[in-house]
Amino acid sequence: MSNRDLTRLTAAEARTGLHAGDFTSVELTQAHLDRIAAVDGDVHAYLHVMRDVALTQAEAADARIASGTADVLTGVPIALKDILVTTDAPTTAASKILDGYVSPYDGTVVSRLRERGAVFLGKTNTDEFAMGSSTENSAFGPTFNPWDLTRVPGGSSGGSAASVAAREAVISLGSDTGGSIRQPAGFCGVVGLKPTYGRVSRYGLIAFASSLDQIGPFSRTVEDAAIMLNAIAGHDPMDSTSVSEPPPDFRAALRTDLTGVRVGIAREYTVSGMEAGVTSSVSAAIAQLEALGAELVDVSLPHTEYALATYYITAPAEASANLSRFDGVKYGLRVDAPSLQDTYRQTRGDGFGSEVKRRIMLGTYALSSGYYDAYYVKAQKVRTLIKQDFDEAFKRVDVIAGPTSPTVAFGVGSRTDDPYQMYLADIFTISANMAGIPGIALPCGFSEGLPVSLQLLGKAFDEQTLLGVAHAYERAAGWFAHVANL
Amino acid sequence: MSLTIADVEHVASLARLGLSDDELERMREQLSSILEHIAVLQEIDTDRIPPTAQVNALSNVLRDDDVRPSLTQERVLANAPQSRDGFLEVRAVMGEAEGGGA
Repeated sequence: MSNRDLTRLTAAEARTGLHAGDFTSVELTQAHLDRIAAVDGDVHAYLHVMRDVALTQAEAADARIASGTADVLTGVPIALKDILVTTDAPTTAASKILDGYVSPYDGTVVSRLRERGAVFLGKTNTDEFAMGSSTENSAFGPTFNPWDLTRVPGGSSGGSAASVAAREAVISLGSDTGGSIRQPAGFCGVVGLKPTYGRVSRYGLIAFASSLDQIGPFSRTVEDAAIMLNAIAGHDPMDSTSVSEPPPDFRAALRTDLTGVRVGIAREYTVSGMEAGVTSSVSAAIAQLEALGAELVDVSLPHTEYALATYYITAPAEASANLSRFDGVKYGLRVDAPSLQDTYRQTRGDGFGSEVKRRIMLGTYALSSGYYDAYYVKAQKVRTLIKQDFDEAFKRVDVIAGPTSPTVAFGVGSRTDDPYQMYLADIFTISANMAGIPGIALPCGFSEGLPVSLQLLGKAFDEQTLLGVAHAYERAAGWFAHVANL
Repeated sequence: MSLTIADVEHVASLARLGLSDDELERMREQLSSILEHIAVLQEIDTDRIPPTAQVNALSNVLRDDDVRPSLTQERVLANAPQSRDGFLEVRAVMGEAEGGGA
């Protein structure tokens, strides 16, 4: 099999080929390293390529496959968002303040993938501390969309999305606080899954907003997303918000017929300013769900219009507390000044980029004396209403379908001057984080030659139904066969 | 909601965030604008709505207080900007006027 073909494989196909002896993990890994060398100068999906680590892991994987003790992910090359800490590569969160930082421990998802024999190709670019919707807030330069290098890949996990879309990785991991997996998956034409809050351990995920953050996969197929979720889900004593119930076999939930499935259509997921090509592709996808046997049911999520404002109090408030640990004392950048207080101020002033500073300021303001009730507590109360909207809707439906984003990928630099315009890119994804429910984004067509994405939202801890419906649509619609011409 | 430079300076001081004069002014404009968008929440009557801090119905998670393996001092200090004799080294916490230091 040629190198080019090897980078087109899904994880499920790679496993078959590895076990049949069609190719080795070293060959598969080398093909991806070659692909990275060929295209990443243009795409900039990676901040660190772990070449030597990857080839060593690939050799070990080949031995494990030969010995008959391999896991489904053994020998499969994957990429990790550079916000997941690793002992054998730097972790920067795309921030100057962590430039050169090497963690003394592995995150739980990283350890779980190591145990399964996965191969780590490298660490992918992100908006600094996962704060952004375009990956333009990286301190190390933006990532570009593999479908059109003048467009953004979305964000914050733009590097992880682009790495899969550009065939620089078979699967990747990202994190989703307000849409940071689903929105870039949509912009890059790949599958992105945000699991239920508590499904995957956050230990070793550099914290942005701890009540919203969740780790999840990017892949070319829904089946691969299920394979990755199987590998990373489950209780972890190091994250007390991870739930104790053992996760089911998500791959077993894949289905092709949707008879008996009730799909909710929320009128709030049609907004003014939505791109016509997005509306038509998503409508066609919903019609296809019906053709596959699903029953369409109108639902209402009346507090959707307040989700963005709620998020931009809650997330910055939590971030302002989480990011207080970057103070030039224990790790990372220190800008020395005559006093300890000035060392804090100058380290943080020099080390953080403008979006991170903006959110620390917003969050600190919302938590400050005199404003705490009016902003922070108010947002927590509206969060209750947003969650109740979903609780009501899911009494009547199994999943809710709509667009992932109101537009396709926008131009690099086109929204950087107005923070609130940038925040609007996440208008359809934010509510799921507020309610803690799972969501998946998957390709459903093209507009202006760029991918359009269908978002499905599910009940808490019912990723099976979500993956089942997504798989049925994906197989029937066939968009996964389209790859970026790069 | 329009913030003053003094408001912004106060918040920056709470956040231990050093900002240049240009940054203070830009932050004043941008935060004021974001707060205007956020003011939409005041439309909703939430008097009888309980707050949600996190969505999983978990209460405090406890474990036995037993000794378990942990990272070595050496590994933890490997990333420290400055350390001495197994400690993190920083500027004096107490000001000289308060009789701190040696």
